[in-house]
Amino acid sequence: MLRIENLSVNYGPRRVLHDVSLSVQSSEVVALIGPNGAGKSTLIRAVSGVIPIAGGHVRTNGDDFQALAPMRRAKYLAVVPQAVSLPPAFTVWETVLMGRTPYLGFIGQTSSADEEIARQALKRVDALGLAERRVGELSGGEGQRVLLARALCQSTPILLLDEPTAHLDLQYQVNLSELVRDLAHHDKLAVLIALHDLNLAARYADRIALMVAGEIKALGAPREVLTPELISQAYCLPVQVVGHPFLDVPLVLPGTVK
Amino acid sequence: MKTRPYLFSLLALGIALILSLTIGSVFLPPAQLWGALIGHGTPVSDAILWDIRLPRTVLIALTGMALGGSGAAFQGLFRNPLADPFLIGVASGAGLGAVIAMSIQWPYSFWGLMAIPMAAFATGLLTIFIVYSLARVGKTIPTTNLILAGVAFSSFATSLTSFLMLRSSNDVHRALGWLLGGATQSGWTAVLAVVPYLILGLGILALSGHALNLLQFGDDQAQQLGLNVTRAKTIVLIAASLATAAAVAFSGIIGFIGLIVPHVMRLWFGADYRRLILLSIIGGAAALILSDVVARVVIAPQEIPVGIVTALVGAPFFLWVLRRAKNQGYW
Repeated sequence: MLRIENLSVNYGPRRVLHDVSLSVQSSEVVALIGPNGAGKSTLIRAVSGVIPIAGGHVRTNGDDFQALAPMRRAKYLAVVPQAVSLPPAFTVWETVLMGRTPYLGFIGQTSSADEEIARQALKRVDALGLAERRVGELSGGEGQRVLLARALCQSTPILLLDEPTAHLDLQYQVNLSELVRDLAHHDKLAVLIALHDLNLAARYADRIALMVAGEIKALGAPREVLTPELISQAYCLPVQVVGHPFLDVPLVLPGTVK
Repeated sequence: MKTRPYLFSLLALGIALILSLTIGSVFLPPAQLWGALIGHGTPVSDAILWDIRLPRTVLIALTGMALGGSGAAFQGLFRNPLADPFLIGVASGAGLGAVIAMSIQWPYSFWGLMAIPMAAFATGLLTIFIVYSLARVGKTIPTTNLILAGVAFSSFATSLTSFLMLRSSNDVHRALGWLLGGATQSGWTAVLAVVPYLILGLGILALSGHALNLLQFGDDQAQQLGLNVTRAKTIVLIAASLATAAAVAFSGIIGFIGLIVPHVMRLWFGADYRRLILLSIIGGAAALILSDVVARVVIAPQEIPVGIVTALVGAPFFLWVLRRAKNQGYW
């Protein structure tokens, strides 16, 4: 569904992404993991078209994203940005409705059909009760759910999330991860999600891409990527990997055991 | 669409209009005013209304509309509560052009008079072009660059303006009065000349509310939501500059309306720019008309430039608004 082919990105003279190739099928969650500065956010921004790419292609069903106007692109691909401060005076309802932008004209006149889609999106993330609240009054977890609802409003087959669980309390991390997995498995979205928590990735992703220094070092099922060798090398830290006591997923324990 | 905010601001505008048409060196009671309006006036009330008060009031209203609407647009465009037509230099640039035109001795003919606003308009647009080019990095226009370039160019233009005004002995008084926002060139000619620019500029701004809403989330998110960010910013910037330059050209440099009116409207009626632009246009007209009424009566029969009133009343009022809103974090 989403095909990233030999994608390279430069910041000035410095190359920050090298020949990244990765595809995400519909109904699949692919997690991007890797140490800070590995290029996870850069990859997501480059795929979404907000930074120029130096080489390679991003495609969906044969369409090359570079060739598409922002409005066309926003019908294919929605982004949940990293925890950001939102303009506080907008209401949740106004914010979520902005997700309908790719289907509206320049003046942004929404129809009752658009409002119904926004209502469904808010319901999907269990935030319908927040509709009248101002964005500035939301907690971090609520804010992320509102941004996810806004992305769902775009009715895209592809969803990108940039560390949506960062800075969230434990219950929100799990809620949001479960919701994201459900969106892939149930609503058949192709989901690419940057995560810093390896055990969330192990538990909720179908495949994991390990990024180090702008390259994909390993790509595969959680069990194939979350090995002590790969992880300790990538993070420069000794790690233990054991089996989850109740589930068939690996569990990463950082640090030495002595 | 909520109608209460519109009713409220239109009501304020109506009251301001009535005050402006009745109050002056000669008081025109509402009954006489109405008579003159529907064509049953005395020669005196006709002359006062049609030749003096109405053109002046209309010009002041148009100026207020331009300042309010473009102020709201600039604040939204730069996501900066301090942004107004002066911040990015377009007002000072237009002022410089007008003073250059005044320092050349144009004949007092129709075209001689028209040359001043034309020059102001041309230098206003030239300023935008220069500031825009200075601020541009590749295909993007970082907001900080734009504001820095605007403030720097604004100081430059203001210094040149002062220098020119000190050098030219002739008409300094007139230029100074104009610069401070005295609608000295009122009359239907000025009104007719300003209308096309305003309809174009404010019309585009009134339709740009959705784009401005998206830009509040930052360029990245706006683009990810499907907005052509560079194109939208360019459209809003040019439309707002067009409106500002027209306003400055005909009414001089009038501060605070473009800053305060959008703030107050946002505080009262919310942040949705689809509403805010229109409300600021209406509110700008009402606020400037009221200021002009004050300017006419405060040391009557003499008048003071309306720019002095907007600053004298506007600055404390603005501080009061800021203080009240301190804990609401409406930005």
